[in-house]
Amino acid sequence: MAETKNILFCGVGGQGILLASEVTSEALIRAGFDVKKSEVHGMAQRGGAVEAHLRYGDRVYSPLIEPGSVDVEVAFELLESLRYLPYLNTSSRVIVNTQRILPPAVATGLESYPDNIVDELKKRGIEVLPVNAFDMAKRLGEVRAVNMILVGVLSGYLPVEEDVFIEVIKERVKKAFVDINIKAFREGRNLKF
Amino acid sequence: MQKNKDLRKIAFLSGNEAFALGASESAVRVASAYPGTPSTEILETLSTYKDIYTEWAPNEKVALEVALGASIAGVRAMASMKHVGLNVAADPLFTASYTGVRGGLVVIVADDPQMHSSQNEQDSRNYAMASKIPMLEPSEPEECRAFIREAFRISEEFDTPVLVRTTTRVSHVKGIVYPERKKKRSVDAGLVKMPEKFVMLPAHARKRRIFIEERLRKLKEFAETFSSNRIEWGDNETGFITSGVSYLYVKEAFPGASVLKLALVYPLPERMIKEFARKVKRLYIVEELDPFIELHVKAMGVKCIGKEIIPSYYELNTAQLKEAVIGEKKEIFPSVNIPLRPPVMCPGCPHRGIFYNLSRLKVFVTGDIGCYTLGALKPLSAMDTCICMGAGIGNALGIEKALGEDALGKVVAVIGDSTFVHSGITPLIDIVYNRGFTTVIILDNRTTAMTGHQPNPATGRTAMGTETVELDIAALCRAIGVKNVVTINPHDIDNTYRVIREEIKRPEPSVIISRAPCALLPEVRKAKRPGYTVIEETCTGCRICLKLGCPAIDWVKIDRDEAKRRGREKQKGYARISAVLCNGCGECEMVCKFDAIVEEGQDGRD
Ligand SMILES: Cc1ncc(C[n+]2csc(CCOP(=O)(O)OP(=O)(O)O)c2C)c(N)n1
Repeated sequence: MAETKNILFCGVGGQGILLASEVTSEALIRAGFDVKKSEVHGMAQRGGAVEAHLRYGDRVYSPLIEPGSVDVEVAFELLESLRYLPYLNTSSRVIVNTQRILPPAVATGLESYPDNIVDELKKRGIEVLPVNAFDMAKRLGEVRAVNMILVGVLSGYLPVEEDVFIEVIKERVKKAFVDINIKAFREGRNLKF
Repeated sequence: MQKNKDLRKIAFLSGNEAFALGASESAVRVASAYPGTPSTEILETLSTYKDIYTEWAPNEKVALEVALGASIAGVRAMASMKHVGLNVAADPLFTASYTGVRGGLVVIVADDPQMHSSQNEQDSRNYAMASKIPMLEPSEPEECRAFIREAFRISEEFDTPVLVRTTTRVSHVKGIVYPERKKKRSVDAGLVKMPEKFVMLPAHARKRRIFIEERLRKLKEFAETFSSNRIEWGDNETGFITSGVSYLYVKEAFPGASVLKLALVYPLPERMIKEFARKVKRLYIVEELDPFIELHVKAMGVKCIGKEIIPSYYELNTAQLKEAVIGEKKEIFPSVNIPLRPPVMCPGCPHRGIFYNLSRLKVFVTGDIGCYTLGALKPLSAMDTCICMGAGIGNALGIEKALGEDALGKVVAVIGDSTFVHSGITPLIDIVYNRGFTTVIILDNRTTAMTGHQPNPATGRTAMGTETVELDIAALCRAIGVKNVVTINPHDIDNTYRVIREEIKRPEPSVIISRAPCALLPEVRKAKRPGYTVIEETCTGCRICLKLGCPAIDWVKIDRDEAKRRGREKQKGYARISAVLCNGCGECEMVCKFDAIVEEGQDGRD
């Protein structure tokens, strides 16, 4: 019996979170797991907080992750990694893109962007894997590849062969972007922390 | 870990996609819907199937009437809507219960516990009982597919419309689905005159009324043996009766317990429930929202625990169930206070120009539902009511009738294009007919933006992607009898201000059509306009551009020395425009009194 595992994807609308969670789900299905994925996006089309709950195991019942039981959180934006703190526990692993996207109240000078977010997580005993995915993607010449870099990092912690992910990316990503996405995935997967 | 072996035989679908698949497998011919979260993707997915006629109806009542018409013509038909949509469609629903069907008729209704994107919470199971129509409730995507097949079978076998209830966490969750072969259905499409069945004159209706009782009796019998109503035996200490997504939370929280999972939530299998209750020591009813199953079970004289410990509002979840039933509470990290990311109008949104001016005019705005409801939030803060689709226009007239002349110049109704067609036309007729003087602003952004850009009658496109006759909103308003109908471009801030100010003063009805496409429409995105930029040295830090609430404009703080250097000691900062986010609508340029905002490339730099 494989116990049900929980992956939480979070970030800001427009960062490619849904594709990332989709590729991961598909890969886990091909590896033989039952998978449920639940997407939560607010009313706004752009700029709002986005989260996706992905659960896999032999038989997954609830579509939602219980507070305190995330195995891996993949945060596409720095501040967002902290928003879901109640879902984490001391053995959670947080993969965080260190890119900052300012919330409206910060952008207009009414509130400030918190400092030391990574430390806030670490001091609670959470393992943090910071990734400068935005700069990595820029160097690859495609800023939209941030999501595949993060999937690459995540893949190192999942019971799925690399080839399965590559196969899924080939099928899921638009033809013109397949190569760059595979490259991004591999860069993420090969990162050392 | 064995079941995914043949990947060709499985699909990973959302509940809504699975509903569409189930409908296609059931050989549905006609499907009509009005968009509404969380139901929208059902019809969107269906419209990608080739052999089904799909349409966006102007509202849910029409959608159901179209589906019923198709059923009367002998084909299988479906209507889908969100919970509040069923209020609109309730009129035909209650009488469709009397007529029954020819081709199978299924109505999917999507409830939204927790109000993720709705103005209220409703438990549509109450409609099943009130209209005496059977209702199925799936828990996960594979059941969404399978239950649609069951629903059509039940519909035809028992001569009844069938309701299928879903909730946000069923519709928007993806899971593994096992597609089946399409049903071959001998089509008896055609016109058959059956006045006693379809003409609900009192004399006919009285006969059908008796038929309904007989049908319910048969359905109750059916419920006892229906294989999807099932008992999963575990220990006999605790038993749960549950359905829908709540079943999944129960299984997650109490894997060893006995569970009676109801697929048919109306009518209920009384013998099965009593039998289950007898064999467990403590019986719990777990259901989201109303104590629907619970009241029935209690009425059977069965002892059970339900809403005493389980909330009757918002969504349920596994942790909450564990706490309620066995008092188990997990220590979790408390959340930290960090800046929120509330929904905002997009950069370049055409609604902004209207609400910015309504805010300046300090009028009382009776609003409505759509993306433009965001006009109620800071910094625009220019909406004072929002009740249900179409309500704003009637509300405005009511306010005027209550206050008389005092209201002149002080009240404005706003309504989106899709909402206007949905239910804004009849209240506009009321204004003209009963001699109101309301000003109505119709926000024609060329789409139904809120629910993800569905075409509507005013866009000239159909759900299936074909071109069609475009509803001429201005001509329609004139035909109703509104003499003053003006069309404006909301991005032209100054003209918009002038026009609204003039029209609200008029002691007779007027309609302002604010016409500019949604900034997210593909044609707007592709037509790249030059963006705007702030000349830092010219910006005085007056913050007026921030009052537009545009996400592309942010604020850079400066200290006193820096302010001195700029020669404006009191200046606290300056505005900045993100080149990535700016869509070039130009509204900020118009509101800036210091000419500090210019088209990119015009600031003397490159
Ligand atoms: C009876 C009912 N049906 C559907 C909905 C869901 N819904 C809310 S607003 C809206 C349409 C908004 O479109 P429009 O009026 O064109 O405004 P826009 O979002 O484009 O600004 C819909 C379908 C609802 N709230 N109530």
